[in-house]
Amino acid sequence: MNIRDVVEALSLEVKTTKGDLEHRITGCYISDLLSDVMANAKEGEVWITLQTHPNIVAVAALKNLSGIIITNKRTPEEETMKKAEDERIVIAVSPLSTFEAGGMIYKILRC
Amino acid sequence: MAQNRHIEGSFHLTGGDFTNAGAASSELKSIMSHLNISPDLVRRAAIATFEAEMNVIIHAVAGVMYYLITPDLIKVVLNDMGPGIPDIEQAMQEGFSTAPDWIREMGWGAGMGLPNMKKNSDEFRVDSVVGEGTTVEIIIKIKEGKTQ
Repeated sequence: MNIRDVVEALSLEVKTTKGDLEHRITGCYISDLLSDVMANAKEGEVWITLQTHPNIVAVAALKNLSGIIITNKRTPEEETMKKAEDERIVIAVSPLSTFEAGGMIYKILRC
Repeated sequence: MAQNRHIEGSFHLTGGDFTNAGAASSELKSIMSHLNISPDLVRRAAIATFEAEMNVIIHAVAGVMYYLITPDLIKVVLNDMGPGIPDIEQAMQEGFSTAPDWIREMGWGAGMGLPNMKKNSDEFRVDSVVGEGTTVEIIIKIKEGKTQ
């Protein structure tokens, strides 16, 4: 299972061009608290959040996450996109709610 | 890493510079990875230093992150010109935060920073003088450190 599979299954819009869509996904973590993600997300997990500011890229890079999904029609800030391209972190967006996106990913990964 | 080799350096941190938040920790993480320090130790050091770096950016005017890496340990000291912490014991409690609302809206300020630093360190110290600043020292032992 990699990011590309999730992008296709959830019809996500990938906003970045340089991130690795073949990055293997080991799981998923859902949180809008950055310290919580720092403490509890695990390497290779895809992260679902409502946050759109540049710090999400630093968190994802430091934790070696496989990518970031921003839900509820939110769009990443311009600076966030620049950082994501620099760090080669995949950012994808979706009109789905966090609940819906998380539920679909749970099905893909666990069922 | 060659025996007895000491690697040290420092980064300047600017309070309020959220755009570059994490840059120092990210650079330090890459230095540690190049030294072939085990990924688990790099991960712990990255979490602890990033939280410490964020605290300087959130609370202080400016600060310096100094690091020393020897074959035995990773030591990171953050010195800031900030408001200081009146009650360190209270600040160490999970969930306690003095961050303003706009910081909380960014997903910071959940009162997890200092506890996260402590959890990921083998030795952890905070010294603070109200009105002057705070010093945080993080030590991660390369040999015989705790394993998580």
